[in-house]
Amino acid sequence: MRHAYTWAAIAAVVTASVTGDVLLSRAMKQVGDVGELWRHRGVLAVVGSILRHPLFVLGIVAMAVAFFSLLFGLSWGDVSLVAPASASLTFVGNAIAAKLFLHERVDRRRCIAAALVACGVALLAL
Amino acid sequence: MTFRKYLVLAGVALFGSVGDSLLSRGMKEIGNVSVTHLQALILAVLNPWIVGGIVLLLAFFAAYMTALSWADLTYVLPATSIGYVLLALIAKFVLHEQVTPARWLGIVLITAGVGFIAGGPALTPTPQPQSEADRDLEVANVRGHP
Repeated sequence: MRHAYTWAAIAAVVTASVTGDVLLSRAMKQVGDVGELWRHRGVLAVVGSILRHPLFVLGIVAMAVAFFSLLFGLSWGDVSLVAPASASLTFVGNAIAAKLFLHERVDRRRCIAAALVACGVALLAL
Repeated sequence: MTFRKYLVLAGVALFGSVGDSLLSRGMKEIGNVSVTHLQALILAVLNPWIVGGIVLLLAFFAAYMTALSWADLTYVLPATSIGYVLLALIAKFVLHEQVTPARWLGIVLITAGVGFIAGGPALTPTPQPQSEADRDLEVANVRGHP
């Protein structure tokens, strides 16, 4: 049962943080280049338009769900399993989700980079 | 990619890893927080290490959002994962933790991944989808100027 809870928590962390990253990325693309906006409209206008963006708010909610799922997972499983497993699976999940939902061009270079980083993060736990 | 944009990516990696290290240092001072004494988490905010960690993680979030405003998610995440390497180096040389050979191998893989992604394009070139207002305007222009 302990194993089931741990892996359910890892799955929840990965799903929620991939959802959060995709929503935040979509929101920031719609807001536009922050540096440009800052120069033209000032910092308060930029912060205001980010905080008012509905996808940004949803992204933050998803990130909060991911954080509490991580805490739940840590209460059941070892930190050396839960933290790196969820971090490295999130890298792979993000590459897939970015291709599907953000229509990013995930070419071979990016696939290899995501895989290398995911393996590297998993190794950090050993 | 301009020099300023590389600085933002470096900021994401640096603020994230140093912020996590400060939080870790602070929480070690506070000790284990039990479920029956959750108020200890509120008092944790008074610890200077924790305050520093929170400030740096806010800076991390601002830099991350800035990077996402002009680069793809599949570029920003691997490019800023150099932060994991920084974190391991901080753990080894500042916090004096043991870094095993497997961890060094992990660091090498992450660095290779970062090197791989950094040479590629940061943003998928997409034709701007026309908004409805633009299309209406275009129709009006065509009608106005046959």
